[in-house]
Amino acid sequence: MNAGAPVLETIALNKRFGSLEVARDVSIALPRGARHALIGPNGAGKTSLVNLITGQLQPDSGSVRLAGNDITRKPRAARVKAGLARTFQINALFPDLTPIEALTLAVCERKGTAGQFWRGLADHGDSIDEAYAILRQLQLGDVATRSTRVLAYGQQRLLEIGLALATRPRVLLLDEPAAGVPKGESAELFSVIEALPEDICVLFIEHDMSLVFRFASRIIVLVAGGVLVEAEPEVIRTDQRVRDVYLGQAHG
Amino acid sequence: MAETAIPDDGPQLWLRRQSRWTAWEAAFWVAAFIPFFFFPTYLTLASQIAITALFAVSVDLILGYAGVITLGHAMFFGLGAYCAGLLTKAAWGEPLSGLLLSGAFAALIGFIVSFLIVRVHHLALIMITLGLGLLTLELANAMSWLSGGTDGLQGVDVWPVFGAFEFDLWGYTAYSYALAVLFLGVVIGRRIVHSSFGLSLRGIRENLGRMPAIGSPYRLRLQTIYTISAGIAGIAGALLTQTTETVSLDTLSFQRSADVVVMLILGGTGRLYGGIVGAIIFLVARDQLADMNPQYWYFWIGLLLMAVVLLMPKGILGGLASVAGRLRR
Repeated sequence: MNAGAPVLETIALNKRFGSLEVARDVSIALPRGARHALIGPNGAGKTSLVNLITGQLQPDSGSVRLAGNDITRKPRAARVKAGLARTFQINALFPDLTPIEALTLAVCERKGTAGQFWRGLADHGDSIDEAYAILRQLQLGDVATRSTRVLAYGQQRLLEIGLALATRPRVLLLDEPAAGVPKGESAELFSVIEALPEDICVLFIEHDMSLVFRFASRIIVLVAGGVLVEAEPEVIRTDQRVRDVYLGQAHG
Repeated sequence: MAETAIPDDGPQLWLRRQSRWTAWEAAFWVAAFIPFFFFPTYLTLASQIAITALFAVSVDLILGYAGVITLGHAMFFGLGAYCAGLLTKAAWGEPLSGLLLSGAFAALIGFIVSFLIVRVHHLALIMITLGLGLLTLELANAMSWLSGGTDGLQGVDVWPVFGAFEFDLWGYTAYSYALAVLFLGVVIGRRIVHSSFGLSLRGIRENLGRMPAIGSPYRLRLQTIYTISAGIAGIAGALLTQTTETVSLDTLSFQRSADVVVMLILGGTGRLYGGIVGAIIFLVARDQLADMNPQYWYFWIGLLLMAVVLLMPKGILGGLASVAGRLRR
């Protein structure tokens, strides 16, 4: 694979539910080190696109390629193993596990050691250390051994990202990572995302335009299931079509 | 970044502490010897309790840890019971190998059934397990040439344990034997629930939908624990055969499947000892209440069950644990 080739690529993805078209010829490409934002009005098909890429939805036609390999028909877990991770708009955590347990589980699953019923959990020292390192990176070290259900909401959002990071992704799809987080804290949360290593490609869905313009290196605008325009933030800011269908609408 | 309150090896130590034997556990196993000295006339009941407790432990592994509901687990208990009985009829009465063979047979059936089990959830899962249980019961009933039908399997002859300890009328051997197997079952169960595999089961229970998103082959995990659980249930059934030297259709009954779930909920799910405590309460209550009024004793079990579920939603052990947690603080 040459340096310029995209890490994640969708080729002419189509998906419809009856008369509702959630993806119409969607072709996007994330190069190495991407910090792409996916924006669009409600119902534009942003989460559906993430679901199509991760395998929760099967496309009617088109394909998904990860690092040059076709993964369109692969099961979800296999895509995660291949380096494709996502977070959920609504927390999908393990309420009764502690953060250290949840992340150690994710690390063990990645290493293929989570099926070992004969070996004590505490003997997976490397995996536990790795999980703890991720928690500290996310400022969750202090609450590592508390039950997930008692964590503050913002901490749960961070844990959501931590679970994805524990799979060591090449591509990270963040579905509204700051959803429900107070405005003051959401920039903080995004600075965690910004600090991720360069070799992880990031595609994030976000409604707050100030965050999008601040953290995205490129913006994909989705309208009614199709890509309206993809460009640098400066271009998007002044694009008349985007203003009309999206920004204009959003700002009354 | 500010230094955290937890040192680098803190999480490792914390996780290790979770799996340590507690003083309560030690006390429990010491207390398990009480019947030998103070209730020698109740040793038969005590061995019934130990067997049922082992059965409850097997159900806890799938229901309490992996969150897989079942109303048909007696099928594996019964299969183990019949297998152990038929082995002695085939002139092989050695108890320990009989236990292992019966457990292996139940595990094999469990493995086959698990392909179906991991594909259904919720109500469908309850119906499937219920259906499989009823199917097995009626199959055993119809195959009376093999099972003895409603008369039960007669002429079960078990050799002495280790070739030395004859099964006696008072139940000394029976209780010692059942207690030893229960202990081994709990040791194995602990090993499983405190492993990374055990953690993945709790992950499945807490959020099945998230498991594929962290790359987990969760169906494989569920099949593994279902097979193990079926094997342990089969060993429990075989124990009943060997200690009572008879097998009846009742080992496969829906009642047995339902009772074990009641015991688990009484004692508390997802904590291994919950099923054991539940089995003690349930069977002692049945013994005492049936003496007073053999017809209506389920009335009191029903009342107890409702009281526990309303006052201690996590069962008796869960309730005690949260009380103890509050006192410590």
